[in-house]
Amino acid sequence: MKSDKVILSGKGVTKIFGFGSNKTVAVDHVDFSFREGEVISIVGESGSGKTTLAKILLGLLKQTEGEIYFDGQLRDIRSHSKKKAYWQNIQAIFQDPFSSYNVFRKIDAVLLDCIRMRGGGRLPYDKKREMMREACSFVNLKFDELTNKYPFELSGGQQQRLMIARIFLLKPKILLADEPTSMIDACSRATILDMLMDLRNEVGMTPIFITHDIGLAYYVSDTVYIMEHGKFVESGSADAVILHPKKQYTQRLLSDVPKLHEEWDLSTV
Amino acid sequence: MKLMLKQVFGSGKFVIGFVIFLAILLTVVIYPIFVPDAPLKIISRGTFLSPGIYVNLYDSIDSATRYTLITDDAEARRVAGRLSDEDRAKMREWLIGNGVDEAEIDGADTAQLLDLWELNFDPTVRLPGMTNADRNYYIRLTASLEGLLSTEGATIASTNPETGALEQSDIVNQTDYVHVNEVANSRLFILGTDNFGRDVLTELISATGVSLTIGFVAGIVATSIGLVLGLVSGYVGGMVDQVIVFIMNLFTVIPTFVLLILISFSIGQESRGAFTIAVVIGLTSWVWTSRAVRAQVISLRNRDHVNLSKLSGHSIAYILAMDILPYIASYVVMALILQISSGILAEAGLSILGLGPRTTEVPTLGLMLNWAMIYQAHILNKWWAYLPIILVIALISFSMNLMNTGLDQVFNPALRD
Repeated sequence: MKSDKVILSGKGVTKIFGFGSNKTVAVDHVDFSFREGEVISIVGESGSGKTTLAKILLGLLKQTEGEIYFDGQLRDIRSHSKKKAYWQNIQAIFQDPFSSYNVFRKIDAVLLDCIRMRGGGRLPYDKKREMMREACSFVNLKFDELTNKYPFELSGGQQQRLMIARIFLLKPKILLADEPTSMIDACSRATILDMLMDLRNEVGMTPIFITHDIGLAYYVSDTVYIMEHGKFVESGSADAVILHPKKQYTQRLLSDVPKLHEEWDLSTV
Repeated sequence: MKLMLKQVFGSGKFVIGFVIFLAILLTVVIYPIFVPDAPLKIISRGTFLSPGIYVNLYDSIDSATRYTLITDDAEARRVAGRLSDEDRAKMREWLIGNGVDEAEIDGADTAQLLDLWELNFDPTVRLPGMTNADRNYYIRLTASLEGLLSTEGATIASTNPETGALEQSDIVNQTDYVHVNEVANSRLFILGTDNFGRDVLTELISATGVSLTIGFVAGIVATSIGLVLGLVSGYVGGMVDQVIVFIMNLFTVIPTFVLLILISFSIGQESRGAFTIAVVIGLTSWVWTSRAVRAQVISLRNRDHVNLSKLSGHSIAYILAMDILPYIASYVVMALILQISSGILAEAGLSILGLGPRTTEVPTLGLMLNWAMIYQAHILNKWWAYLPIILVIALISFSMNLMNTGLDQVFNPALRD
């Protein structure tokens, strides 16, 4: 699954919001290289710049400084068609499923968008339905019950599964999952994660998890990046970083993971 | 959608405003079907005929049947109609001034007053301080008193075509009546006539229609410009935003109404049609809509559903139309209603100053107020020439603001009770 081919890398990526005294450095000279097929986690507390970095990687925000290379080449997303081509390769799952959908558009429209994005806009409608049905059954949803419904009529877990169905149809090379399970209850969480890992095996993509949950990172990832105040303070294989943390920040993140059978250490909070 | 309509029509304020507005709109549409007169047709000589029924005198003489009614107070009314209390007081004043004993005059007894008058009145005598106009008034009054207490009927005579002599053809008794419906020509002026002798009601309803159209055109022009500029500047951001915000600030600083006056003045009377005025009003009043829309778009553009739409490869135009516009649609509708209402008010304000649409084609509410003002209806106490118009303007404005408040309460969670 893992290969040595670098699919997405960045050099000195920086994002600064505001000017002068209001200046906030959200992402501070970050270097990274993500290899094709590996599962990556970017872990950090709230406000450490994870989501900003994710938006830069997605091309939704423009970095202030630095270069991003996609597939070995400098990323070029200056025109709409180039952006569209880029987004065929990189897609995202957002944190809050309840605000991720346009409340005025039906589920069919959301899924049809994905088929069109993959160049299937001119397929006969029966074929499109077949594709949507397949995608929905992959995430244990029944398309016939969803058709002509609005996303907000589903539960949070179902909405997030629908989001995965979207990715199933799109089959991107990279998936950025920005805290995909933080708004979902613990039971659905494992289901969602398993589905994402299944999907990874199915379409052979590179998932990047953005999370504050170091436990989740350990559970799924090959490589972990620890982010603090916009900088990567530690990175390496999941085992190396989480079992033998070198930085105090990583240790703190680890000690913040809730444990059932020990007393909870709240001193660092 | 259905739920939203149900919510909207569940709001009492909206429903009241909507009903008033609909009533005005229906009147504008239906009235011309029943009264097809041209609204600016001059149908009376003389100005400011007061509201009421006007019966053709000639036709009432020729009316098919005459009815005799015996009423006790007919004579008293007839006398009162020709000799008012004011006239009696003036006569009394003259008589006292010319040495008649005050105790001798009984103002209520018409016969006695007339006898005294006939005995004493001399048109050549002038009281101290009496003007020529007063003298003429007394002479006119004396002439009109002739035959006041007569019980004889009026003789109608026609010219014999052969001899040229007058021949009596008919006598109209004091107890003769005709049925109004049997008179061939009678006309009801519910709101009288205006200074040009035009039916105020017909004119008012036509003017309401024209003013509403001006309001709609102005509102739609203003809202479209405001919407497009607000959407583009809020969503695109950067340099485009800077330029558009600069233009917005420019228009905010210039007082709109002054700009409106200058533009309509420079267009000139000849090319100022109702439509032109509407467009000019629209072109000067978009700025608040665009500011509000921009603010709302800025808060929407970083939402996840917009990001998802971007990731689905949609173009800017598609995202603006499908992912942003529906979220601010309720606000835009409210802004449109206010723009229509303020468009009507702006037209009225402009027309009162004489800068409204040219006066030869269509009446507007503002123009009617302008005419009433120029011909001093308010000084002459001709209320029907301006009061109904003010009421209609107030009613339109009121209904639209009520609808707006109702919508606001439905769509703004902070205002819900």
